[in-house]
This record gives sequence, structure tokens and C-alpha cells, in this order.
Amino acid sequence: MPRNLRRWGPPLLMISPSLILLAVFVYGLLAVNAHTSTTDMNTAAQATGVKPTSFVGFDNYTKLLSSPDFQHSLKNLVIYTVVFLVGTMLFGFLWAWLLDRPVRFEGVFRSIYLFPMAVSFVASGVVWRWLLNSNQGESASGLNRLFQMIGLDFLQNNWWNNVNYGIAAIAIPAIWQLSGYVMALFLAGFRGIPEELREASQIDGATTWQMYRHVIFPQLSPVALSAVIIVGHMSLKAFDLIMSISKPANYQTKVPAVDMYVLKSSFHYADAAAVGVILLVIVAVLIIPYLVHISRAEKRA
Amino acid sequence: MTTTTEPLTAPIKAPVAAGGKGGRDRFSVGRTVKYALLLLFLLIVLIPVYVLIITSFKGTGDASPTRAWNLPQHWTMENWSAAWTALSPAILRTVEMVIPAAVISSLLGSMNGFVLSRWRFKGADLVFTLILFGMFIPYQAVMIPLLKLMQGAHIPSGIPSLIILHVIYGLPITTLIFRNYYQSIPNELIEASRVDGAGMLRTYWSVVLPISIPSFVVVLIWQFTSAWNDFLFAVFFSSSQNGPVTLALNNLANGALLQNYGVSMAGALLASLPTLLVYVLLGKYFIGGLMSGSVKG
Repeated sequence: MPRNLRRWGPPLLMISPSLILLAVFVYGLLAVNAHTSTTDMNTAAQATGVKPTSFVGFDNYTKLLSSPDFQHSLKNLVIYTVVFLVGTMLFGFLWAWLLDRPVRFEGVFRSIYLFPMAVSFVASGVVWRWLLNSNQGESASGLNRLFQMIGLDFLQNNWWNNVNYGIAAIAIPAIWQLSGYVMALFLAGFRGIPEELREASQIDGATTWQMYRHVIFPQLSPVALSAVIIVGHMSLKAFDLIMSISKPANYQTKVPAVDMYVLKSSFHYADAAAVGVILLVIVAVLIIPYLVHISRAEKRA
Repeated sequence: MTTTTEPLTAPIKAPVAAGGKGGRDRFSVGRTVKYALLLLFLLIVLIPVYVLIITSFKGTGDASPTRAWNLPQHWTMENWSAAWTALSPAILRTVEMVIPAAVISSLLGSMNGFVLSRWRFKGADLVFTLILFGMFIPYQAVMIPLLKLMQGAHIPSGIPSLIILHVIYGLPITTLIFRNYYQSIPNELIEASRVDGAGMLRTYWSVVLPISIPSFVVVLIWQFTSAWNDFLFAVFFSSSQNGPVTLALNNLANGALLQNYGVSMAGALLASLPTLLVYVLLGKYFIGGLMSGSVKG
């Protein structure tokens, strides 16, 4: 069939290397990982293949999900995600709104709000560890010292060393890094709204606030959805910042991604694989409906 | 992640002021509050930068907590030279890593994007969605078998492993950005080339590639930044002896028993300079990548 070959050959040639790589490295490995999570590969000898492993079903999952230690990680993940999401959405939206109408030096404000995005979590972790130092009073440095200097002593606290809510302090640098990104998304949303809509509402006698409330804001909901999905899925994978500010072994700041690293380092490969699957399920619950939604929206367009 | 097909580099231009110039210069309470807020947020965002800079120039005798927010008493370069000694081998390795990683995944992404934007077949949308999903997966869910695979294939840990991983796991985002760009180029251009008798490969090479330069800049910057800033793969697939700068910086900042903030902060600035430089010089392309793609966690 030379004609079919001519039609199908070139595109297949161009795309198949990538398809094969992704099939193996994404879907193949997800499957192998799911299989590993149902074995007892939790010793160095088994992890290195010296000793055989056997099938244990969902034992690793029940063990993890019923352990108070892992439940604490899941609780931390929820707190971190809520604080991170609320913070980035709030600042991102507010900054975009402030910059919506022409502002002098807009480029300067925009570039500075967005620049933390270009920095690695590890590098920003270095300075945030200093800023979130838990020392107070005489020996205070970082933000606690700054609070003393501006007369807000009561705001001093022990940040990420708090056992119950320490993880929320780690969300502060995350908000610092990602709010600018959410701003950029919202700003594109604001600028995508046709000027005629604004003009029409002004002709109708709406106040500026009414125009925003009833005309502009409702148009931004798709942008808000994208922002929530992007920030939310980053939040669920939180790892770098915690490793850089805190320590992997610190109870108060651990999340599943950190547990996975600790378990892997002690050759608990099956448990580590199970944590990976649990994270995948949480992310998939968020992402798959969204991917289906945009694929449908594209078809309609 | 948005899959819009707007031009990549001009997504957030301000509209022309409706009221003309006169409207701008009028004083009003609302405007004053707006600028005050903008300035306040600007200062808050810059706090960590101020701390990084002053601390990196402070000597060891200047570390008293009472002077934590003050300018250095004596400006010194000793932290910077210590940080450079500690990090420069890793910085060089990172350069050797990000260039091939960015170039190869961009080329592959461009071919994928072209095929997926022009070649309509049953299930094309499903294939695209499956590719996209690869960008959202938590890599923790592939890490254990990935470690075994790379060891089993005898791929040396460190930079060689990391190049391969950044290329492969960069494919979804590079494919997405190129596909969106190619969907926006007029069909007539491709058709004209086909009428002239060129096949798909020929059309790609002589018609599509030459007009792809802007998206290549966007994608290269994106891949450069995310590979440069990556820590997760670095921590699993390299050591401080053979790994990239993020790992070396983390060891510098957290490894020693006694925390030397001056050196770590100089190191953090050094490690961030390349990506910050790209952001400053090629900002509009950087934003183009942000808008058309998504963030790798």
C-alpha cells in the first residue's frame, strides 16, 4: 500500500519517538509502580533484587492510610493546599485588578510581581528559612525581628516549628512565588474582555463597581478555574520548598511527597510506590475532569 | 493550563486609555489608594531580595540578630567567593545539562505539535490528552520503577540521567505550546506547500520550521528555566558530586552543622542569576510560555 504509506508514514515517523517514550516513561512506569505497591518490597535486599518479593494485595495501602503518621501528612497537605490556593488567588486577583486599567509604570509593577516565578524553590527556600526563623524576643531575626521593629510584636510566632499548623508557614513562600503567575493569568483574562462590554455598561449607567461585579468578574471564571487547577496540582506535589526550608524528617512539615522520598531512602520501595499511587489518585481527581472539560471546549470552538 | 491559541508573546498588553491623556493626570482618592497599594505590594515582594543582597555582603562579625535588617557594617565579597568556590562546578554541570535538555525536547515537541495540529485522525484528541496528562502526573508515582529502569539500563547517574529525564518529561509541555502555535498558522500556507508537491516532512522543514522561531524561543526558555530550577529529579538521580546547582545549593545551605547564611544567600543569588537574567532580557517570551503552557511542579 504505497499510498497509505505516503500518507501515514511521515507523521508517524515524526511523532512516534515521543509517543513511545511517553508510553514507556509515563504509562508503563505508572503500571509498574502500581504493581510494586502491591508487593512486600520493603527491604534493601528485595529492593536490589537479591531476595524475591511476594504479592501482598492492598496491605501497604491499609498500613499507610491507617497510620497516624501518614494521616498527619495528608492533613498537612490539605492545610498547605488551602493556604497556598487562597493566598495566590487573593493576591493574584487583586494585583491584576489594580493593574487592569492603564497604570503608570505598569511594566515595572508587573515584572516585579512576577519575577519570583523565575527563581527555584530551593534558592528562595534559603532566604525564607531565614525570614521564617522561629526565634523571638532578644534573639529574633527574620520576620519576627521585622515585626518588633515596626511595632507589631504580637505577630511574632514560631512559623514552621508549630506542630499543628507549621506547614501553613511553608505556604507563605509558595504564595510569594506563584501569586505573580496567577496575576498574569487574571490580567490576560481582564484584557481579553472586549472594551465594548465596559462601554455598554457605562452607557447603561452602571457604576464602576457594578460594572466589575456584574460584567467583568463573571467573565473571569474560566481563568479562575485554570488558576485553581494549576496552583492546586503544584500544591499537591509540594516537595522542593519543604526540603529546602525544613528537613525531610521534620514531623510538622511533612507531606506525602516528602514521605515518599524518606521511604525510598530507607529502601521501603513498596511503601514509597504506594504513596506515589495515592498522590496520583489525588491529582487525577483534580486533573482528569479538567482535561476532559478543555478538550470538549476546544471541540465546540 | 490554558489551551488558548493567542499569539504567544503579546498576551497581556494594556488597552489604550479610553479617556486619553487628560484622564490620567487628574488627582483622585481612588487613584492615590491604588498607587499606594501597588507600591506596598511591590515592597513586600522585594523583602526577600533585600535580605538576600544585604546578608550576602555581610561579614561573619556582622551576624548579630539585632542588626539583621541593617545594611552591612563592612561590605565584603568573602561570602560570594566562598559560594562561587562551592557552587561553580555544579553551575557548569547544570549548563551542560540544560542546553541539550532544552534543545532536544523543543525539537521533538515541535514535530509532535506540528503533526497533532495538522494530522486529523480518529483518536487524535485522545492521544493529545494522554500526552498532556504526562505533564500533570506527580513524578513520585513513577520514581521507584524509574530508578530501577535507569540503573538497569546502566545510564550513569548525574547529568546524563537528568538530560534524558528532562527531555522525556518535558515533551508534554513542549508539544502543547507548539501545537497551539501551529494551530494558529493559516492553513493556506501548508496547502500551498502541498500543492507544490511537498510532503509532510518537506513542508515541516522548509515552511513550518522557519516561522517557528518565536515559539522556539518561548519553549527553549521554558525548558531552560524548569530544568535549571528542578530539584526533584536532581535529588533522586544525582549526588552533590555529580548533580546540578539546586542540589549543590541545598547541600551548601542545609549540609553544614553551623548555618552560614551569608554564604548560602550569596549561593542562592548565584544559582538564580541565569534564570533571572533570562527573565529580565527575554521577559515577554518567558510570559508567553507561562500563558500558553502550565507549570511543572
